Amino acid sequence: MTETTLSHPDNREPTAFTQEELGWLPWLEPFPADQLTERHWAGLVEASRAKSPYFLLLARDPDVLQARTKADKDIFYNTSNGLPRAERELAATATSRSNGCIFCASVHSRFATHYSKRTADVQRLLDEGVEVDIDSRWNAIINASVALTETPLTFGGEHIKGLREAGLEELEIVDVINGAAFFNWANRLMLSLGEPVPSAKAQPG
Amino acid sequence: MSTIISDVIDHLAGIRPGSSLDRLRDQRPQARENAQKSYLALFEPEFPGDVTAVERYAVATFVAGLHRQSHVAGFYAASLDRFEHSRLTDVIHAEINRGSAKGPYGRYPQGPLTIEDKEGLVYQVSADNRESLGSRLAAALEHAHLLVFHPRDASPAALQKLLDAGWSTTDIVTLSQLMSFLSFQIRVVAGLRAFAGAPAIESADPEFTQIFTGALATGAV
Repeated sequence: MTETTLSHPDNREPTAFTQEELGWLPWLEPFPADQLTERHWAGLVEASRAKSPYFLLLARDPDVLQARTKADKDIFYNTSNGLPRAERELAATATSRSNGCIFCASVHSRFATHYSKRTADVQRLLDEGVEVDIDSRWNAIINASVALTETPLTFGGEHIKGLREAGLEELEIVDVINGAAFFNWANRLMLSLGEPVPSAKAQPG
Repeated sequence: MSTIISDVIDHLAGIRPGSSLDRLRDQRPQARENAQKSYLALFEPEFPGDVTAVERYAVATFVAGLHRQSHVAGFYAASLDRFEHSRLTDVIHAEINRGSAKGPYGRYPQGPLTIEDKEGLVYQVSADNRESLGSRLAAALEHAHLLVFHPRDASPAALQKLLDAGWSTTDIVTLSQLMSFLSFQIRVVAGLRAFAGAPAIESADPEFTQIFTGALATGAV
């Protein structure tokens, strides 16, 4: 069987960072939803994800997808202690802004706004970029995320110091490291396996 | 490499049981457990499909080398050496040096972000090494360089090159996960090292790597 990539000549890709909901179109054929086995369902973790072309594509390697998704959930949703959810989403947004993932930044800037209620500050990060000056705590989280995103990494003792001086506790710092590191994983999948779709054309799922 | 490593991130970051970082990592038990499960699914897969162990370790050595994290690169290179003559590891090291760059760079879709476009190396495997790597592995290294340094330049054409080189759609998903997972693992390791006060290892000196790997194995770090 000859396999080819999928193209979407009619799609007009978004050209700016936004907090609006975007869609996403795959460049490779997702796994057929009607052929999902028990192993694939376990990989998807949540049955609702079988409607998403992104997760159906990743379901082609279900064991990695399952572990990836469970790591993701603990890094971002386990808020029994550690960094507030809003600031984990800020780390994800800063990382996505730095790598240039317009789709990822749209999702996580929306979450950052939802949990912080700071729509304008989040928008400034999207509009002005990662050099934006917001306040000492958010600046420290953004700077640390950006240094973790550069290749080779430029993250070091001065970033840890910056986070401590901005009032972050030990576990909160580990949450920043995990959040920024995880989005270096997520951004690369989103950017390299498909393209974003403007909100008006957003597809369900 | 004869001892069984139960947690690769702990191993690479030099985190010892009972240390404060060990306890902090335990506050995110699912993240910790599933980072390890991701590693296992990619490097010791129950269902390996058509991506060989040599291909997995060769790409991993290249990705870690591009990040200038020599102790992580050394870890994957040691696994690669178990499967292949060290000739392949030498070729990968030569390509790591040729592929040296600073990311993230790349272009945005034409529009207001165009002023942020940043040019950088578009890496290709050298003609000599292309032959010894074979077209399949050469295409994988070129794609890895794109994902490591300038993922926003990704395109269907880049994926088509992988398909043309003999990777299937499912292989490409595995390969993309492997490259992207390593981008995560390397950052957690470097981040936790910085946190522990140990400087991130940026030496490309192989002797230093050997000493360091030895020190890790004996628990001296």
